[in-house]
Amino acid sequence: MRAVKILERVLVTIPIVLGVAILVFLFIRLTPGDPVDIMMGQGGAVSEGEMEQLRKEFHLDEPLPVQLWLFLKDAVRGDLGYSYVLKRPVTQLISERLPATIELALGSLVISLLIAFPIGIISAVRQNSAVDRLSMAGAFLGISMPSFWLGIILILLFSVQLKWLPVQGRIGFDAQLQNITGYFVLDSLLSGNRIAFWSSLRHLILPSLTLGAPVAAVVARVLRSSMLETLRSDYVTLARSKGASEWIVVLKHALRNALIPTVTVVGLQVGILLGGNMIVEEVFGWPGLGRMVVSAIFDRDFPLIQGTVMIYAFTFVMANLIVDVMYTYLNPKIEL
Amino acid sequence: MHNGNLLEIRNLTTIFPGRRGDVRAVDSLDLNMRAGEILGIVGESGCGKSTVLLSILRLIRHPGYISDGEIRFRGVDLRQLNSSAMRQVRGKEISMIFQDPQTTLNPAFLVGEQIREALRLHHIIPGRKMPWPFDAALRRHEKQRVLEVMREVGIPSPIDRYVAYPHQFSGGMQQRALIAAALVCGPTLLLADEPTTALDVTIQAQIVELMLRINKERGTAIILVTHDLGLAAEFCQRIAVMYAGRIVEQGNVEQVVMHPRHPYTQGLLNCRPRISMRELRVQPIRGNVPDLAELPFGCAFAPRCEHVQDVCRIGPVPMVTEPDGHINRCLVHTGFQRQENWQWSDRVERTV
Repeated sequence: MRAVKILERVLVTIPIVLGVAILVFLFIRLTPGDPVDIMMGQGGAVSEGEMEQLRKEFHLDEPLPVQLWLFLKDAVRGDLGYSYVLKRPVTQLISERLPATIELALGSLVISLLIAFPIGIISAVRQNSAVDRLSMAGAFLGISMPSFWLGIILILLFSVQLKWLPVQGRIGFDAQLQNITGYFVLDSLLSGNRIAFWSSLRHLILPSLTLGAPVAAVVARVLRSSMLETLRSDYVTLARSKGASEWIVVLKHALRNALIPTVTVVGLQVGILLGGNMIVEEVFGWPGLGRMVVSAIFDRDFPLIQGTVMIYAFTFVMANLIVDVMYTYLNPKIEL
Repeated sequence: MHNGNLLEIRNLTTIFPGRRGDVRAVDSLDLNMRAGEILGIVGESGCGKSTVLLSILRLIRHPGYISDGEIRFRGVDLRQLNSSAMRQVRGKEISMIFQDPQTTLNPAFLVGEQIREALRLHHIIPGRKMPWPFDAALRRHEKQRVLEVMREVGIPSPIDRYVAYPHQFSGGMQQRALIAAALVCGPTLLLADEPTTALDVTIQAQIVELMLRINKERGTAIILVTHDLGLAAEFCQRIAVMYAGRIVEQGNVEQVVMHPRHPYTQGLLNCRPRISMRELRVQPIRGNVPDLAELPFGCAFAPRCEHVQDVCRIGPVPMVTEPDGHINRCLVHTGFQRQENWQWSDRVERTV
């Protein structure tokens, strides 16, 4: 029953992603700037005829509805067109770049949860203690620090001064990693390349920390406040009255119920992990989707922008589906 | 066992620090209980009766604390136990049921698992060979015991109910499940904090019946905290009436209900509506429950008392034990002065 409903929800994402695609299609064409002009402006002296030729090639001379029809017709078959600038299929470009972005997003998620959970729990259990005040001040700082600044400070401290971690990139030059899935940490495990594993992991730390800091801050604050609530509840007193130790009371009875609001917030933060990575990828020279889409926007590379935004929308919807499924496990009162 | 008493509370004082000064939610409380006895603690909301129960289990929430006194359970002062020894008492020797079953059961766990929890925490079932989750035989035995207790407290088809969540239970069934959780380790003392207040009247009667049966069949002693003097009269052997953190009257049911000594007890009896005496108007007690942070210097009930005299306000009123064991804390029965043939409480009250 649950599987059927999950499948239903997955199918519902298709119209959502198509709707997003149509919106993006229309809006980028509303923005000023013609892709062919921009290309030719960089290319130097070109004749009017050559530009017409290019417009024809990209179907930019057709009326908007026709362009949309052509785009959707190909899109439902999984063909997102050719990049104007890079002259390669958009699906190919995305599948090359996507693993880097997902690796970074997962790395940030893991790091932010590793930071947020102990802090949120300890701050709630020791409410108003020095630990609580310090970590909540830290969380405030984490939310308010812009990621380009935090990234540069982290590079200065850990890479330049202490020389503990690499400055940028995904992996060291000496790693000799053979590309299997595009996820470097996974690839190095699969090929048993220990040097590449440590190298890719070390490269992942600083960008993940930069991207995950605001997420960790938000999650820690939400977890703290919901733990404060569950720790005051009657069922916690019941657990104590049964003779349960503080560990069981806090980590089983209180945390389990505090997870319900926390998981919702984590799901929403996935959007930040996707959207915020453009800056972080730029700062750390991370070859991901974010950097690609930023330059695609400057180039008015319509097919590439459309394709990338569709992937973002799909990932966001899937993340929320996962949250909804987890919800039904965490809160037995809710059905999918 | 100590003097044959299961529970002896001496001079128990529990304090909640507040902005306007300390609140003595329980003030110099003395209480004795024999094994297998049912004792009622009666009083208005906010008089400290629930705090007494939580103090016995040492579950007073920070910043509240027990500042003074002894809580002797089977001769051992619970206040002297370290926290792990105290955990051995909770749920195994003394367990508690609560006012609102709906918020007391954890919404995220199966009802059966919540009943089983105390069993597992205290390793009640012997013959453990492997760590808990891997010992299938142990888990089967535990489940068997849980199902037995569920059957005992009157939960129908316990095998199905074991794997249900609390929100799938009715209020009465939830309270039965909580009683099962409290009984699963076979405690000698059950603390019941207004167990029927949140339930329908017909369900109330069933729960009371169930607790009486448990008392009779298992010999479990019960402290029933309630604001309903009628319920206490029906259910208990002895009753203690609390007002503003102190016991003002204590005796067996006949003494307290038929011959109430303290004006507060008399007031409580008068303000109960009775169908048989329709023409007799309900008489509320004048005034409001006092602010525990600003108690009057003398008798705490003095501002609301009909018989109040100047002497009531000059100093704390001591406990008086009459020859038949009926205890009260009122000067009206001594003609507002000390009488030699009555035994005064030997302890001098601390002035507030």
